[in-house]
Amino acid sequence: MIKSKGAAAPFAVWMALFTVIPLGIVLWFAFTDGGGNFTLSNLSSIVDYAGTFGISIALGAVATVICLILAFPLAYTISRAQGRMQQTMVMIIMLPMWMNFLLRTYAWMSILENNGFINQLLRLIGLLPEGQSLTLINTNGAVILGMVYNFLPFMVLPLYSVMAKIDNSVIEAAQDLGSNILQVFRKVIIPLSVPGMLSGITMVFVPAVSTFVITKLLGGSKTLMIGDTIETMFIGQGADYHVGATLSLVLMVMILICMAVTGMVDQGEEDDLS
Amino acid sequence: MKRVLSITLVFLVLLCALIPSVSAEEIDTNVTLNVYNWGEYIDPTVNDLFTAETGIKVNYKNFTDNESMYAVLDSGAAIYDVIVPSDYMVGKMINEGKLAKLDFANIPNLSKINPSLLNPSYDPQNEYSVPYTWGTVGIFYNTKYVDEADLKLGWDLLWSEKYSGRIFMFDNPRDAFGIALLKCGFSLNTQSLAEWDTAYEVLREQKPVLHQYVMDQVYDKMINEEAWIAPYYAGDGIIMMDEEEGNPAIDFFVPQTGTNLFVDALCVPANSPHKREAEEYINFLCRTDIALLNAEYIGYSTPQEEARAELDPEIGQNENFYPPEDVLAKTEMFETLPNEITTHMDTLWMRLKLADPAWSVFTILVGVAAVVCFVLYIVRRVRRKR
Repeated sequence: MIKSKGAAAPFAVWMALFTVIPLGIVLWFAFTDGGGNFTLSNLSSIVDYAGTFGISIALGAVATVICLILAFPLAYTISRAQGRMQQTMVMIIMLPMWMNFLLRTYAWMSILENNGFINQLLRLIGLLPEGQSLTLINTNGAVILGMVYNFLPFMVLPLYSVMAKIDNSVIEAAQDLGSNILQVFRKVIIPLSVPGMLSGITMVFVPAVSTFVITKLLGGSKTLMIGDTIETMFIGQGADYHVGATLSLVLMVMILICMAVTGMVDQGEEDDLS
Repeated sequence: MKRVLSITLVFLVLLCALIPSVSAEEIDTNVTLNVYNWGEYIDPTVNDLFTAETGIKVNYKNFTDNESMYAVLDSGAAIYDVIVPSDYMVGKMINEGKLAKLDFANIPNLSKINPSLLNPSYDPQNEYSVPYTWGTVGIFYNTKYVDEADLKLGWDLLWSEKYSGRIFMFDNPRDAFGIALLKCGFSLNTQSLAEWDTAYEVLREQKPVLHQYVMDQVYDKMINEEAWIAPYYAGDGIIMMDEEEGNPAIDFFVPQTGTNLFVDALCVPANSPHKREAEEYINFLCRTDIALLNAEYIGYSTPQEEARAELDPEIGQNENFYPPEDVLAKTEMFETLPNEITTHMDTLWMRLKLADPAWSVFTILVGVAAVVCFVLYIVRRVRRKR
């Protein structure tokens, strides 16, 4: 038998090289100034970016909620479908992810533009007068749309894998005991799919908050999100590694808190069930 | 022991192969030159011609702005032999000792460069750089939607409510602040913090009428009539106004009140291991036939006088690209700003792009809500355990 410790060694080395050491470097940058002396001034300068964190959290949260609303019925439908059908539907959900992320976002750009697909179509069928256009691109709505489109599969898949485990007999039992469809959902399906919801929320919210390409392409580069801000702190004019590292550190802590909260809720649910 | 010896020997042999031959004046045709240039900034056949003539291979990479080029070089992520920074960046890199002094004995074609572009303020002795292209900043507009009468607004056209949502703006601090400073009538290189603050306020006022901040994507977006007005470098008119690939409705003007004159120059970084070959490459780019190829492809004004004379007169004698003396007299070049001014500008630029401070209230609310949830949860748990 392979000793478990030995088998984990390559992973431990990998972790040390590419996770622990870089984290240490981020920490080092966050708490030093240009001369390498210890300082807390980076941390206090984070106050200037409070608004940026706010708008990023807000957009990320809206996108996560929309994803959840869209994904829940979809995942349920897939989980109740028959074998072959189920596989096909999962594949259709995964299909867009085979294309490059940037390419997909560029595609949305040309759909939403002033002379893009939607505006041209509306003009063609006469809903918009010639020369006029709906402002779709470079709005917060466009950014949210980009996030929902790109991260939806990350919500559907965990929900689906949890729901697929719900036995049909449980649902039938509830119906036999006189529950209508709404009650079945509220009392049986939703409580049983909480773990899927939680991991889906984490998997959508975390990348949505820290995204930077989507905001740049669909948001018109007029308001920076936290991801854009960190990017400009490392490349581009006014690069400041120290503030950049501090911003990433704060973002990391936020994400850790987010995961801790979902973990606690998860634990709480298990307590409730037992 | 024998094994150790043989391994050491193999190592030594390998090491010798890695060390370049010492005689610096000889061109080593086995090297590969790493060239770092702007996008769409060379005729695609030129690098192959160079390799065919000299045997030196060219590894050609693009950058999108001076700052990211500087960041890449500064981080040590890559070593380049030829780079093409703009005027003020050349000055900054000279001050920081990041450029190598060129040996002009290896660049005889310098004699064909327009002398008025030599010994510029960013490189007063002309020791580090050779002008590659130059031009002015002006305003591109779509004649279908923009009234000719409004052009007399000059730079104020970019603030015009009438074209709200149809105006682009530079997505880099130096150019964007440059236009704001021009609009206010200040020097592009002003050292007064108050004038920079005024320029910031002016940019802030402009934000609501903008469609977006943009750099190279401006070509596609102007051609598709996504927006109608964009400040950009004169030379890009060739692409945007092209009859077939561009949009013939696009025209260009330089505001009468003055503008920014820019030069992009060929330089060799101080840490380049192939300086001699890099000089050969620079000399090649300054040769009349090659400069002509590039001038026709890039569309920016060429400093190479013989190449300009051979250009199609519609371009070579075009006042948009080769402005008359009175327009040139009112232009100003970017100079290297002192560090405190650059830092101030960067801070203002960041502030311009950051979210409305009102959003910080939201952040605080979220924080409070998270704490409340956490406390409630703990309380509930403790109660249940009892």
